[in-house]
Amino acid sequence: MTAPAVAGPRETPVANALFEFLLRLGDDRLVLGHRDSEWCGHGPILEEDIATANIALDLVGQASALLRLAGEVEGKDRDEDALAYFREAVEFRNALLVELPRGDFGFTIMRQFLFDAYSVLVWDALQHAKHEGLAGIAAKALKEDKYHLRHSSEWVLRLGDGTEESHARVQRSLDELWRFTGELFEQDGVDAAVVSSGIVLDMGAVRSRWMEMVSDVLQRATLVVPEGVPMATGGRKGRHTEHLGHMLAEMQIVARSYPGAKW
Amino acid sequence: MTDTNATTTGATPDSQGPLWEVFTQAEQGAPHEHAGSVHAMDAEQALQNARDVYSRRGEAISLWVVPTSAIVASAPGDAGPFFDPGNDKAYRHPQFYKVPRGVRGL
Repeated sequence: MTAPAVAGPRETPVANALFEFLLRLGDDRLVLGHRDSEWCGHGPILEEDIATANIALDLVGQASALLRLAGEVEGKDRDEDALAYFREAVEFRNALLVELPRGDFGFTIMRQFLFDAYSVLVWDALQHAKHEGLAGIAAKALKEDKYHLRHSSEWVLRLGDGTEESHARVQRSLDELWRFTGELFEQDGVDAAVVSSGIVLDMGAVRSRWMEMVSDVLQRATLVVPEGVPMATGGRKGRHTEHLGHMLAEMQIVARSYPGAKW
Repeated sequence: MTDTNATTTGATPDSQGPLWEVFTQAEQGAPHEHAGSVHAMDAEQALQNARDVYSRRGEAISLWVVPTSAIVASAPGDAGPFFDPGNDKAYRHPQFYKVPRGVRGL
């Protein structure tokens, strides 16, 4: 009988890494989708109210597909609803950027723009993943997010190069949001581990293309990109701002009050 | 509508931008048909608003937007002179003419 192998530093099993990876993608979209949905009935004009609600629905739809896949990968009988409504804030893996309160319309649009540009690049890379389920989600989401980016870019141009007040408001939003952008491009052991599942995401390349796209629009909008800002981090590890807990309380209350309810 | 309200109720004047008429095409080869209107500051925004309001559930494969101000419309008062005269002259309608027996493929 051979002696049991001495346990070395344990590698994260691939299934769990893939689960984590899918949670990060799914939670970003679930949380941002919910933040966007808070505009429903409060949009600046009827058309924009509908547009923002459409974007929210697209994002929640993407989250639903991603969390369903995450639940299958995890293999613990949790479906997308269980993952969305019955996890605590510390179990969420979204970036801090998407959980910040919606602020004014300029803030919402600027956040959406920064995220859309990132999301389009991520889906563009992931549509070629060797993981069939994820590649399928990516291809569909890419089309949706390209439209979101077109929409948010137009607004950034309009507000930035608009009136004195609209310019001041979106510039202030950009200044507040910038320190939350670094986290989007972080990579760790999870990203390294999912390569064996056929998922390769070169965040260095995504980051430089993102910077080009974003700078181009911001410059045309006469906005100034903040420099030398220390970046916030923590969301991918479950360390969130206080805002996420409050948001989840509202988002989860119906599902938790009436478990298994159908409508 | 909002402009009139603004003067009577003291509400802020309309800041939603000018109106655009939206035309949607349901399938290849079909005509673009009037679907409704949207507010927008310019053409690109009008196109996006039209997409969001009128085409999101797969109703269209192509969209036109036209500034409402560019449309020349007949006035309600024109209805009589414009549209009445045709009906009392039966010979204006093809049904007035008898088709000779033996004519096929008409």
